[in-house]
Amino acid sequence: MATRVGVEVSIALADAVKLANPDVIAAYPITPQTHIVEHLAELVANGELDAEYIPVESEHSAMSACLGSSATGARTFTATASQGLALMNEVVYVAAPMRLPIVMAVANRALSAPLSIWCDHSDMMSVRDTGWIQIIAENGQQCVDNIICAFRIGEDKRVLLPVMVHLDGFNLTHVIEPIELPEQSEVDKFLPPCKFPLPLNPDKPVAMGDFAPPIIFTETKWAQEMNIRSSKKVILEIWNKYYKAFGRKYSPVEKYHSDGAKVVLMTMGAIGETASVAIDEMVAEGQSVGQIRLRLWRPFPFEELRESVKDADVLIVLDRAISYGGPGGPLASEVKAAFYDQVKKPKIISFVGGLGGRDITVAGFKDIVKKGIEIAKSGSKKEYEIYGVRE
Amino acid sequence: MENYAVYVPRLVKKEDNFAPGHRACIGCGEALAMRQAFKALDNNVIVVNATGCMEIFASQFPLTSWQLPWIHTLFENAAAVASGVEAGYKAMKRKGVPLPENTKIVAIGGDGATSDIGLQAISGAMERGHDFTYICFDNEAYMNTGNQRSSATPFGAMTTTSPMGKKSFGQFSWKKNMPEIAVAHNIPYVATATHGYPFDLMAKVRKAVDTPGPAYVHILAVCPTGWGSATDTVIRQSRLAVQTGIFPLYEVENGVYKMSIDLPKLRPVTDYLKIQRRFRHLSDDIIAQIQARVKLEYQKILEKADVTKRAKGKSKTGPRKAPAR
Ligand SMILES: Cc1ncc(C[n+]2csc(CCOP(=O)(O)OP(=O)(O)O)c2C)c(N)n1
Ligand code: SF4
Ligand SMILES: [Mg+2]
Repeated sequence: MATRVGVEVSIALADAVKLANPDVIAAYPITPQTHIVEHLAELVANGELDAEYIPVESEHSAMSACLGSSATGARTFTATASQGLALMNEVVYVAAPMRLPIVMAVANRALSAPLSIWCDHSDMMSVRDTGWIQIIAENGQQCVDNIICAFRIGEDKRVLLPVMVHLDGFNLTHVIEPIELPEQSEVDKFLPPCKFPLPLNPDKPVAMGDFAPPIIFTETKWAQEMNIRSSKKVILEIWNKYYKAFGRKYSPVEKYHSDGAKVVLMTMGAIGETASVAIDEMVAEGQSVGQIRLRLWRPFPFEELRESVKDADVLIVLDRAISYGGPGGPLASEVKAAFYDQVKKPKIISFVGGLGGRDITVAGFKDIVKKGIEIAKSGSKKEYEIYGVRE
Repeated sequence: MENYAVYVPRLVKKEDNFAPGHRACIGCGEALAMRQAFKALDNNVIVVNATGCMEIFASQFPLTSWQLPWIHTLFENAAAVASGVEAGYKAMKRKGVPLPENTKIVAIGGDGATSDIGLQAISGAMERGHDFTYICFDNEAYMNTGNQRSSATPFGAMTTTSPMGKKSFGQFSWKKNMPEIAVAHNIPYVATATHGYPFDLMAKVRKAVDTPGPAYVHILAVCPTGWGSATDTVIRQSRLAVQTGIFPLYEVENGVYKMSIDLPKLRPVTDYLKIQRRFRHLSDDIIAQIQARVKLEYQKILEKADVTKRAKGKSKTGPRKAPAR
């Protein structure tokens, strides 16, 4: 039986990668992802993990090497953050339409300028439309579980897509948490070897990456869209299998006291745990409040989202990124879109906060909920508010 | 060569892994050089292609000229993709995944993909020592996007972004010496070649691919469309580039330089320049500068070949005589 031990989340995540027995890891260091790739390098150097570790010269090459490796059918992993993700952006787009099931951990960090090594979700938003399946972890255990699931989801023949697992920089990567690392034998039972259907192989030549003239380009994009949309049922199925094997359950939108609640707070990432404490206190005070946490960012869980707030009058959405000159919080704007044509819908209030590592405390979350209710009542037309900003 | 049709099939294999039917311009030296390069190799090759003419003219979905496993992703990352392919094979083989024996990895890119935007990725892959061959097909500009200058465009040449004008004589900088950059990485094999000397080209490509570790082959490929030259002079231009000393043919094996052809006397650069529209505007002064520079650079290589030859003692195989024209 696996036991829970106190371990730094980055180390646990890397150990989870090891349990998945990858063939190739190509990575370039960037704070706050470093502990993940350093630990993997150490595991390879000590012979504890039989993999090729490519210490590439940039993130652009990290993801490029991942494309090449994955195209041979090798199980492939990388990790990055912030500027690294921005630098590899061009390459990130290529993986999904080429159906390469790479797994990448992203230690969420603000994008420059000004330079900030601390957490927000601006890097995550910069890859929103890259076609990757994107899972957002909230604590160390979720990182471990979802890294293992990510390989199985991505490599499933019905899916064959790259998968990102987001975890908040520092707030998750550098904290020590009690984490249960599954046994190797259990993981081996859960995760079959990678069987990429059409790898680069001289015995059976394939051409990958032809250019597409206008007569076929739209169809390739349609296929890609159908592909990721239909991946949701496989994700649910695999999460369910994981639950049966390991006893921990995941769903695209996780509910916390939200059934029946009149006011619901929506979060993504580690900050959701602090928010939960605030929710506990408010529930104890007799308020009708609840919380939902987004676990699956892409494909976006429209139905689950609508279902999870069916009783709510007010839905307060907290974003850790800004769409400059646009609707404010990118998550909130998607949530609004999800409800636009619904007859019964909550009033959606958008807050942006926690930028570049700014903390939001329990009291802060209570304040956000209070303010959200006030804004909803006042019928304010303001698109969004940056929580705690000194104007 | 006399009796070409009789002898050539005995020297090279008939099959083409880079098959006809592609969309290159008439007389494309790049397509010819690619055909030669892949004729020199067997079927145990995985090709990683950078974006550029060679990729676009051979791979319109759902068609392909490639009879080999082939992957194209982006413009500047072929060397990095090749590192991943190599690492994938290495790891899976070690773990007992059934894979064909002796698989070779060849990355190909144009001069832009190689000496400009992809230089970092190439440098990284060479430095890390991946077992792969990188072939640069150098047509001396960004041809796929319509003949813009690259760092491999020769001094004085007119391109769409180094135009001739009242204040410009064309390309203002000297061609970046990519083979020397490769040599500086201390990789086991570097060579230059051009399609006007097909057997030399094929021998070098074969040698590069057979060399364990990183190998680099820089192939000058005439682009009649971009250079503004007659399609029936493509072979002649390639040979003149060598015979004028503008594009010296040599190889560097484990740091040892060897000239591939013995040229007792270089032809004047004007023989080469005057048959290409991209040089037509050049003043005598600029041509004189080019002539002086070519002499200097050629001399440098000769000296390196000489020095390393003496250091090695008697070389076993002397330079080949220039074939009769
Ligand atoms: C990142 C990026 N920048 C620019 C381009 C546009 N582009 C495509 S091919 C090419 C030029 C290719 O030149 P070269 O590598 O010399 O190959 P050639 O076409 O001359 O054979 C350019 C600029 C691109 N595809 N990607
Ligand atoms: S532009 Fe030049 S390199 Fe490109 S296909 Fe035409 S001749 Fe060949
Ligand atoms: Mg070119």
